[in-house]
Amino acid sequence: MTSLLEIRDLDVRLPPGGDRAFALEGVSLALARGEILCVVGESGSGKSILAGTIMRLLPPGIGVAGGSLRLTGEDLLAMPEAGMRRIRGARIAMIFQEPMTALNPLRSIGDQIGEMFRIHTGLSGAEIEARALALLEEVRLPDPPAALKAFPHELSGGQRQRAMIAMALALEPEVIIADEPTTALDVTTQAQILALVRDLQRRRGTAVLFITHDFGVVAEIADRVAVMQHGRVVESGEAEAVLNRPEHPYTRALIAAVPPLHAALRAPMPADTPPALRIEDLSKTYRRSGWFGRKGRETRAVADVTLTLPRGGTLGIVGESGSGKSTLARCVMRLLQPEAGHVRLGETDLLALRPAEWRRETRRIQMVFQDPYASLNPRRRVGDLVAQGPVLHGVPRAEAMERARELFELVGLRADALERFPHEFSGGQRQRIGLARALALRPEVLVADEAVSALDVSVQAQVLRLLAELQQRLGLSLLFITHDLRVAAQICDRIAVMQGGHVVEEGTAQQVFGAPREDYTRALLASVPGRAWTPPETAEVA
Amino acid sequence: MSALGRFLRNPAGLIGLVLLLLVLAAAVSASFFYPDDPLRLAGRPLQWPFANPRFPLGTDNTGRDIAAQLLHGARISLLIGVVATLLSLSIGVAVGAIAGYYGGWVDDALMRVAEMFQILPNFLLLLVLVAVFGSEIGTVTVAIGIVSWPATARLTRAEFLTLRQREFVEACRTLGMRDARIILGEILPNALPPVIVYAGVVMATAILLESALAFLNLSDPNVASWGNLIGAGRAVLRVQWYVSAIPGLAILLTVLAVSLVGQGLNDALNPRLKGTP
Repeated sequence: MTSLLEIRDLDVRLPPGGDRAFALEGVSLALARGEILCVVGESGSGKSILAGTIMRLLPPGIGVAGGSLRLTGEDLLAMPEAGMRRIRGARIAMIFQEPMTALNPLRSIGDQIGEMFRIHTGLSGAEIEARALALLEEVRLPDPPAALKAFPHELSGGQRQRAMIAMALALEPEVIIADEPTTALDVTTQAQILALVRDLQRRRGTAVLFITHDFGVVAEIADRVAVMQHGRVVESGEAEAVLNRPEHPYTRALIAAVPPLHAALRAPMPADTPPALRIEDLSKTYRRSGWFGRKGRETRAVADVTLTLPRGGTLGIVGESGSGKSTLARCVMRLLQPEAGHVRLGETDLLALRPAEWRRETRRIQMVFQDPYASLNPRRRVGDLVAQGPVLHGVPRAEAMERARELFELVGLRADALERFPHEFSGGQRQRIGLARALALRPEVLVADEAVSALDVSVQAQVLRLLAELQQRLGLSLLFITHDLRVAAQICDRIAVMQGGHVVEEGTAQQVFGAPREDYTRALLASVPGRAWTPPETAEVA
Repeated sequence: MSALGRFLRNPAGLIGLVLLLLVLAAAVSASFFYPDDPLRLAGRPLQWPFANPRFPLGTDNTGRDIAAQLLHGARISLLIGVVATLLSLSIGVAVGAIAGYYGGWVDDALMRVAEMFQILPNFLLLLVLVAVFGSEIGTVTVAIGIVSWPATARLTRAEFLTLRQREFVEACRTLGMRDARIILGEILPNALPPVIVYAGVVMATAILLESALAFLNLSDPNVASWGNLIGAGRAVLRVQWYVSAIPGLAILLTVLAVSLVGQGLNDALNPRLKGTP
């Protein structure tokens, strides 16, 4: 095999004053014709900078300091800007993570695909339209003629990503760089897009540089893998070898952190465990009021949901975006007002309480939020954030601070960090602070809404272990909402699968993962990337 | 780097601060240099600046000392600027915070009220208020505050609209915090930086509005304000132009100072907006 794109000893310098001097250090990679090379790494590993360097689309202040970058022998680093413009799109095309922001919202899909031809070729208007139509057919968008005239907001996330891929394919580039192209998509859509990428790549023989953080995706699609850490390639090789016999300790740790897709062996809950939380016939409808009495649009986000969380157990709620799982959590916490149903915590119906009574009861049920960057007030010291809850519920300030100190140790943070501000912590540490804040009131029930979704896989594994450990120690009952079936398999006793506001299947984790009853559950499980690959058990734990 | 450090390293902000301190010094030293009433007749009218050592900046067309009026006028301008701005901020922030936090019909109602104020140009509304309530300096200041709150309210509301959906606000609600405490203790400190920056614009506008009123002889004639002096100089504008030009320059420098300080504050409080140099 001849190398199409060859990267040798590439150094990319970061602006001075950052936490490291180089974004990339001595990176050497070769991409051969017709192969898919996956570049894997956690956030900050430099994998997106690599894509930017190849396309010469780096933010200001970041520049190449050494090494070489060749496309079929041509030196890309020495090429003048005009030459780069002829290469971008025509010979190297890029697919971005978020198709909604990568597409121009004011221009139709057909117009934007056509632009590729207008810039790089001298084809006539009719010919361009015919080509664009053929491309949309090739990426299997439903009803291509209509999609040609559609605007980005009229397509779903998966369809937009297909349109982006059509754009990237337009000029039959030799190399496609895909930067986390499926990260923003639901799992079933992701499976379709991955299948499409692989299919197109086989038919056309394009080389694909596929950037991802997800080892499941790697297992699904990669021919070869390069693992990056702190701007260096620590391990590279055939996908099969790297996935099943990782050699570098960092790769081993990363792979060990990937949860396997079968229910973890947890002690089964006795059938007569009393319920900690019962959700009964809960419904929430979003209404958009129309003008002049015209009927507005109605969405049933949660429809007649009845669920039981056993005391001391974990109930996982899984589903794709729009399935109503977050709305359900927000209704339970009274952040949203459902129009019907009950939420019983022990004997108390939370939804029937008056505001003042609810404020008192909040000590019994607490929530951990998704976004570790948005869920902590940036202007308060983290000690205050954790002590705030107990103080509100009448605990003297000194005692609340003492409790915060204990909790910091409990969640694995140093107690002397109490005086710092949230921005001084990493994402994983912030999520621990969020957890400490929720635990400060010593709740019976903890609602975790995608609490580990924003974290890197190794940090995610740590937080999950911490959650399980705290649950044991404190006898917590956990309502765990996630879109990630691997995570759910890891931590849940019972699983409820939601789709379109309804619970379509509910049962023990073993049953849902081992013998799903419903077609939708089976489809979800079949879409999990890398389902055929089980992370090697021998890998040591980080 | 702290916000203060960033502010002091910003040349525009620093120049503004120096100018503002000069104006402040003028206001403070007015009684020391000119202990007498600045509006008393001091000498022969229309003496040019530097012509008579007793009147370094000359006299106006009724024979009042321009330098004395200038120093005392700094007090009036600053007073009007500060008081009207505080008034505008307190009304605007309160209305904007409540409208943005609660949304729904509360928001609709409050924003319709704000629009009623915004439909008329500021200055016309101010003329109406002064015509109805009189032109004492206190009334004029309050009137200026009243016509300039809606923009502050809109800015605060916009900040609250985005902040109230942030997870840290939801977290406070799940901790059992009362609305008033969430608004004042949690959201407001995060919403304030752009409002503080905007206060510079409000203050500059307030000073200009008073001068414009005075120029039309609609402000309080019993105080030595820069606008009054300009208004008096209008009659002799073609020959003794300095009567209007000197206070005009003072207004220009003061407004410039306030704007520069506002700009400096903006860069210091929102460092990311400037991008990496």
